Amino acid sequence: MTMGATQENGDDEMDQKVKKYLRGEAANLEGLKDKKLKGQLAVREELYGKSAKAAAKIEKWLLPSEGGYLEAEGIEKTWRIKQESIAREVDILSSRSQYDIVLPELGPYTLDFTSNGRYMAAAGRKGHLAIIDMKTLNLIKEIQVRETVRDVVYLHNELFFAAAQKKYPYIYNRDGTELHCLKEHGAVLRLQFLKNHFLLASINKFGQLHYQDVTMGEMVGNFRTGLGCTDVMQVNPFNGVVALGHSSGTVTMWKPTSAAPLVKMLCHPGPLSSLAFHPNGHLMATSGKEKKIKIWDLRKFEVIQTLPGNAKTLNFSQKGLLAAGTGSFIQILADFSGSQNYSRYMTHSMAKGYQVGKVLFRPYEDVLGIGHSMGWSSILIPGSGEPNFDSWVANPFETSKQRREKEVHSLLDKLPPETIMLDPTKVGTVRAARKKEKPTKEEREAEMEAAVEAARDTDFKKKTKGRNKPSKRAKKRKEIIDRAKRPFLEQRIEEQEMSRKKQKTNVETEMPKSLQRFVRQKAT
Amino acid sequence: MKVKVISRSTDEFTRERSQDLQRVFRNFDPSLRTQEKAVEYVRALNAAKLDKIFARPFIGAMDGHRDSIKCMAKNPNYLKAIFSGSDDGDIRLWDLASRRTVCRFPGQQGAVQGLTVSTDGSVLVSCGSDCTVRLWNVPDANLADLDSLSDNSAKPLAVYVWKNAFRAVDHQWDGELFATAGAQVDIWNHNRSQPVNTFDWGTDTTISVRFNPGEPNVLATSANDRSITLYDLRMSSPARKVIMRTKTNSIAWNPMEPMNFTAANEDCNCYSYDARKLDEAKCVHKDHVSAVMDIDFSPTGREFVTGSYDRTVRIFQYIGGHSQEVYHTKRMQRVFCVKYSCDGSYVISGSDDTNLRLWKAKASEQLGVVLPREKKKQEYLEAVKNRYKHLPEVKRIVRHRHLPKPIYKAANLRRTMIEAERRKEQRRKAHSAPGSIVTESIRKRRIIKEVE
Repeated sequence: MTMGATQENGDDEMDQKVKKYLRGEAANLEGLKDKKLKGQLAVREELYGKSAKAAAKIEKWLLPSEGGYLEAEGIEKTWRIKQESIAREVDILSSRSQYDIVLPELGPYTLDFTSNGRYMAAAGRKGHLAIIDMKTLNLIKEIQVRETVRDVVYLHNELFFAAAQKKYPYIYNRDGTELHCLKEHGAVLRLQFLKNHFLLASINKFGQLHYQDVTMGEMVGNFRTGLGCTDVMQVNPFNGVVALGHSSGTVTMWKPTSAAPLVKMLCHPGPLSSLAFHPNGHLMATSGKEKKIKIWDLRKFEVIQTLPGNAKTLNFSQKGLLAAGTGSFIQILADFSGSQNYSRYMTHSMAKGYQVGKVLFRPYEDVLGIGHSMGWSSILIPGSGEPNFDSWVANPFETSKQRREKEVHSLLDKLPPETIMLDPTKVGTVRAARKKEKPTKEEREAEMEAAVEAARDTDFKKKTKGRNKPSKRAKKRKEIIDRAKRPFLEQRIEEQEMSRKKQKTNVETEMPKSLQRFVRQKAT
Repeated sequence: MKVKVISRSTDEFTRERSQDLQRVFRNFDPSLRTQEKAVEYVRALNAAKLDKIFARPFIGAMDGHRDSIKCMAKNPNYLKAIFSGSDDGDIRLWDLASRRTVCRFPGQQGAVQGLTVSTDGSVLVSCGSDCTVRLWNVPDANLADLDSLSDNSAKPLAVYVWKNAFRAVDHQWDGELFATAGAQVDIWNHNRSQPVNTFDWGTDTTISVRFNPGEPNVLATSANDRSITLYDLRMSSPARKVIMRTKTNSIAWNPMEPMNFTAANEDCNCYSYDARKLDEAKCVHKDHVSAVMDIDFSPTGREFVTGSYDRTVRIFQYIGGHSQEVYHTKRMQRVFCVKYSCDGSYVISGSDDTNLRLWKAKASEQLGVVLPREKKKQEYLEAVKNRYKHLPEVKRIVRHRHLPKPIYKAANLRRTMIEAERRKEQRRKAHSAPGSIVTESIRKRRIIKEVE
């Protein structure tokens, strides 16, 4: 009996895993009348099932490492356990990851890790930039730029990082050489890098959002958000959408190809202090100045949970732990049952006087990096990192040859900015057929704008022998734009006439009797 | 308390010596990879473009004949050889690797109308418009090396004279008999100088004959009276006949599904039939703009190649309504015969301009030995391209083929005519009582009747 029960549990587990690898529901082939297509699709679905099962088996048996955990025994509570007691239980290599670097003169520090967790860039407000190899805890390079540095972010690998300095952001090499000065961005408050698209996104003091392609240097989009100055900006790793938190309490989400935000949601009654995205893209944590942390479901745009707490900085780990830092106190929240109900997991208090500026989990390690006003620290949070890495996604043990190959492959796979959308699984799907509703005014306007843009972008043949005068070209361009606008304007005129006619009939009935004879008679 | 933290020791995750391979660890969790579909789409686009860059299907032409090439035969036992016969009686054995003639078989007076090789590859049978059937000894492939002179001639094993000129010949797949087509269908044995059996059904000449690869006693023939007839050698009378609207120039059986055959028709289409159910075509393959002259299946049974009077060679999927590939050259004139090589990688076409041409079956395939990692990568690119080939940008690249202007214009003209006909039919239907006008499906439309 017990064997049966354990077997059933095992089956359930495997089913769950298989579901994860199937990436959605199987297509419903019942309604298909085309037998040939039905046969082909049935074969495909079977293949998907087989590959999902194989992947689930690999996950169960072949992965080399297991995740970390922290379990309290007896009446102990996990959030009372201090870092010192963890250090005593853990091996030497891991206890090396707990440290405090004190650099009091150079201002509050902010950190960024490369995607494989191997290198860290630290930037002090007073101009100190440092790159550290986290495996050997070696300082690779540090420079003093003698200007305010507000943010630092790594580009696609450890060779390049961008620092948001007083007037403009700069891009530096691993050796500290300044490579580029990005003047168009202005005085940037926050920088974010979209890995799949090679886009550097920045928000500046005037509330302007800039997207720049770092491979070719092209400015892909710049938008005035219109909602004022803000320094709360995060990129959602799941779909590449940039979210900004404003002082009015709204969170807006942007994509580089449209001037209007995708989503505008009112999250808090007061200004937002920080924002964080769960790596699976469905959860967002926001905190406002009214000392509440809210956890949102991004599919329905609803609050799942409200937690009390002040959080100047938030960050989700790869395994879904949420770190919230305020003052000199950091609390880590975790959902144990998987039902997205976050509760206290661990806490950490730093020395009084240390003001936490940024918390960031280190990828593929159970480590939390804290940038504060006196330097930076690192503490151990068991169970926060993904234990098994994939060499072709991010390899902490990368050699320089592997790094070069990876750079070339990721450049070949660089996504165009049009692929950023709220639901990234919609690529390659069929757009639902529009019901026979008439497009609303805004949609028509949008269509006209689109047509005019397309017309404006066409280039025509270069004529020679003196026929290529600029005045003629301008005239031709104007003609093309007018031709593109024409059907929309005609539609508009038609509608105006229709509405006028309707108005007229109304007017007729409203006229007093004595004036009836002056009303224009319709030809019978 | 129980604590465990992730700690990776460098030894387990890096290589020991520099001669070792680098260690690779995989985790297939979808949450580690973001925007998978968009990345696949970009890869599909790049794969389509690379495909087009590497698409160079023409390998070479084999020059030597002095008149147009009307028929070819494959040697089932030897991959590199192909036989071809031309309109002045010249029969040659070619070596495909060096593209030179290995042996000539002189002796046929008049045009060579049909060539076929026996099952063991030792006897070549040729028939022609001089009313003779000649049997030749095929020189042993291992002895006749590349260095042998191209002017080696062979003497015929036997010459059988009969009453009428012959139009086609085909050998049984697993036996001793071969069939010739002419005024009637004759079944011959190698050792007899007269046909063992004769089938005569219908009044017009039979222009092509093919034995079934699975069932050695079944054969299909097509005649000038627009019919396709199936015969069974064990019965003394013919089995089945289907009459179409236009004449069928050639028939090929699917080697992997031997109950299906495809007929190359004069009306620019190929029709696939199930031999057990001839009242409806299984599939109609359209894309040529002039009569389809010859058809041959790939040994995988998944593709077939057709050669047509419109100077192009097309490759179709066995269930595809439209062609996958089209090959044409300025110098290639009317294509009269095509063959798929026995390993499925090459296509040979014989045409009016006295040349045999060797093409790749997959235009962007890399020839020669492909390393396993290269092969895997190519298979992956093919799969990802097929997954997204319906999206407009990818489709535009995958579909694009350059066609010579006359063929492009002819295709447009055909399309306009068919579209006009369809529209008129629709209007007639719309303006008449519902149910009074019935459109026949395209699979049935070209069949007049089936006769037992």
